[in-house]
Amino acid sequence: MEIYLLILLIFMIIGSIIAIEAKSLLSSVISVGVVGFSLSIAFLMLGAPDIAITQVVVEVLILVILIRATITMDNTAIEGGGGTFPFVVSLVFFGLFLVFSFFAVQEIPKFGEPLMRVSERYLRTSAEETGATNVVTGILLDFRGYDTVGEATVLFTAIVGAFGILRRRGRKKKTEEDAEKVGILEDEDIKKDFEGF
Amino acid sequence: MICYFLALVLFVMGLYCLVAKKNIIKKIIGVTITEYSINLFLILIGYRRGGIAPITLRGMDPGEVAAKGVDPLPQALVLTSIVIGLGVLALMVAMCLRLYEKYKTFDMSEINRLRG
Repeated sequence: MEIYLLILLIFMIIGSIIAIEAKSLLSSVISVGVVGFSLSIAFLMLGAPDIAITQVVVEVLILVILIRATITMDNTAIEGGGGTFPFVVSLVFFGLFLVFSFFAVQEIPKFGEPLMRVSERYLRTSAEETGATNVVTGILLDFRGYDTVGEATVLFTAIVGAFGILRRRGRKKKTEEDAEKVGILEDEDIKKDFEGF
Repeated sequence: MICYFLALVLFVMGLYCLVAKKNIIKKIIGVTITEYSINLFLILIGYRRGGIAPITLRGMDPGEVAAKGVDPLPQALVLTSIVIGLGVLALMVAMCLRLYEKYKTFDMSEINRLRG
């Protein structure tokens, strides 16, 4: 079980290396798809089927959005790397980060033996308190419902922002039709009106 | 233990892509990979050895889920985090398309030079 998980993780790391270093944008987007779908298999192996389903759906949407962003553009080839200075700096800092994280992961609860102080109660009483056989949905919609409301707010804000940026027309300019609708008179019309007097 | 470390390696690689690459789409890909690794790390912390999914199936003893189920709390929180990630990605791609429309390039240094 764990050996399969390790193989999957190494596969994901290889996929993300290809995604980062590929020369063409389309192939790097497709490599992100590799990482995301193997992530959903990993979720399935870790006992989280709800998240695996969500991850598959979201991954398909991410691929559609990213391919829309890349494929219609004229020059998607990448010229040149990022230069040596950012490379060296990030190598040093992220190497330090990895060294410290190696010691940090020794301190947190071991793999396979989670701390279950709050969740134990959720697992025990979810069926009788919420009536949901799936404990995850019980937490999502009942025990922590306010959290889900906040999440919906964040999602709404992000989508409204995207629509606002992508909207084609801004404020309309004043045209002749508009002038007629509102009833603004031209100069000649005014003269015609005054001739009657 | 080694699983945690590999998830953190994935995190660092996403962060490297975000910092060192010039292309905007590559930066967005870096954000996506970072997000994946954090979600995976949280789920890994909640895993119980030999655990089952926290769902009571038909004909299953109610105590069985409480005895063997994996931690459901990080699962519920990661579920919201994945969906938020999709919304944020759509926002980033929208900004990116507008930038392309104005400057006709995805290159970040080029856009910096052409400012104004």
